[in-house]
Amino acid sequence: MSEVAEKEVKAPKEPLFSKKNKKLLTDPLNDDNPITVQVLGICSALAITVQLQQAIIMAVSVIVVLIGGNLTISLMRNTIPSRIRIIVQLVVVASLVILVDQILKAYVYDISKALSVFVGLIITNCIIMGRFEAFAMGNKPWPSILDAIGNGAGYGAILVIVAIVREIFGSGAISFPGMGQIKFLPEAVYEAGYMNNNLMILPPMALVTVGIIIWVQRSKNPELIED
Amino acid sequence: MQELVNIFVKAIFVDNMIFAYFLGMCSYLAVSKTVKTGIGLGAAVIFVLGITVPINYLLENFVLKEGALEWINPDWGVNGANTIDLSFLSFIMFIAVIASIVQLVEMIVEKFAPALYGALGIFLPLIAVNCSILGGALFMQERQYATIGEATAFGLGSGVGWFLAIVAIAAIREKIRYSHVPKPLKGLGITFIITGLMGIAFMSFMGIEL
Repeated sequence: MSEVAEKEVKAPKEPLFSKKNKKLLTDPLNDDNPITVQVLGICSALAITVQLQQAIIMAVSVIVVLIGGNLTISLMRNTIPSRIRIIVQLVVVASLVILVDQILKAYVYDISKALSVFVGLIITNCIIMGRFEAFAMGNKPWPSILDAIGNGAGYGAILVIVAIVREIFGSGAISFPGMGQIKFLPEAVYEAGYMNNNLMILPPMALVTVGIIIWVQRSKNPELIED
Repeated sequence: MQELVNIFVKAIFVDNMIFAYFLGMCSYLAVSKTVKTGIGLGAAVIFVLGITVPINYLLENFVLKEGALEWINPDWGVNGANTIDLSFLSFIMFIAVIASIVQLVEMIVEKFAPALYGALGIFLPLIAVNCSILGGALFMQERQYATIGEATAFGLGSGVGWFLAIVAIAAIREKIRYSHVPKPLKGLGITFIITGLMGIAFMSFMGIEL
């Protein structure tokens, strides 16, 4: 890992959005998705996808923490002794999460209450520790930021898809932060006998939804299939 | 005593860490390929939850909670010690306690119980970043247990619930290797769906008043 880092330092100036850097941004959205391929950060992804607005707030929080953390760790990467690096990483994440938590409590109190312990659990979200270990410890700040944005967006994309599916089928509505829930099915549909599928609101259906997303993704991209 | 048993049983079945809150899913999915490793990690989680939840409970009640510092000196602070609220520090304190306890436990187990270390050793470092441990501490804070005994019962119960879940899924995964699962669904996908189905089964415990 350190060899790669050194080579990059010596390499001539590369443009801000070179091919390699673009790959850092786009890979995690599909082929290297943190949730469906790397299997990281599942805990929070499943528990807060009942409503779209919660999922969006959560995704934004994770992206912010990931960018801040990746940047900090990448700047400090040459000074962190490798024996205590886990503790250092945990402290960096924990301080960033405290900031995010206080901001959420101040501006979107309702959603912060609904997210309950899951904001705090961003600290132990495996995506964050995983990116620190796998990327920020061995790369320069700018690629680390791109990597953080890419992985955060890949995580957010799955969160948003699962939340949209669950909210549309579960409550017949869709919600955005700041706008509340919008019911788009007219009353007549319910009068004709349609019912919301309450099963979709229950936690286990999040797992099944993610399972189906994985199924679709892998049948489109056979390289990802496990033996 | 009955109260403690109630909390213990409720934490195992009704509020199961995996099936009701999805905590610790990362290691649950990664380490559940065989029953043997599942048992090892599950035992380590029971162990660490049983130790860290009571310690974090003491920290919460004697340092972090609003007015918790009063027992040292009631005159502290601008308006007296009962107005000092350090609860915004709880994330960083809890995670620091967990990380250091895990390190300590690892060293103590290595010194005094080498056989146990052989079985749990490689799993202990994994546990510091297992969501279920921090989740246990945060739920303990949210639910405000009355005594340290209740907090311990909750911690142990959550650990046992997690243990049951990982052993069950590991056993199913060992068997399912011989079934005809659609190719793209193999491995991760089918594990997700099975966990979902098990979660629905566990929901039959919901609403049980103990």
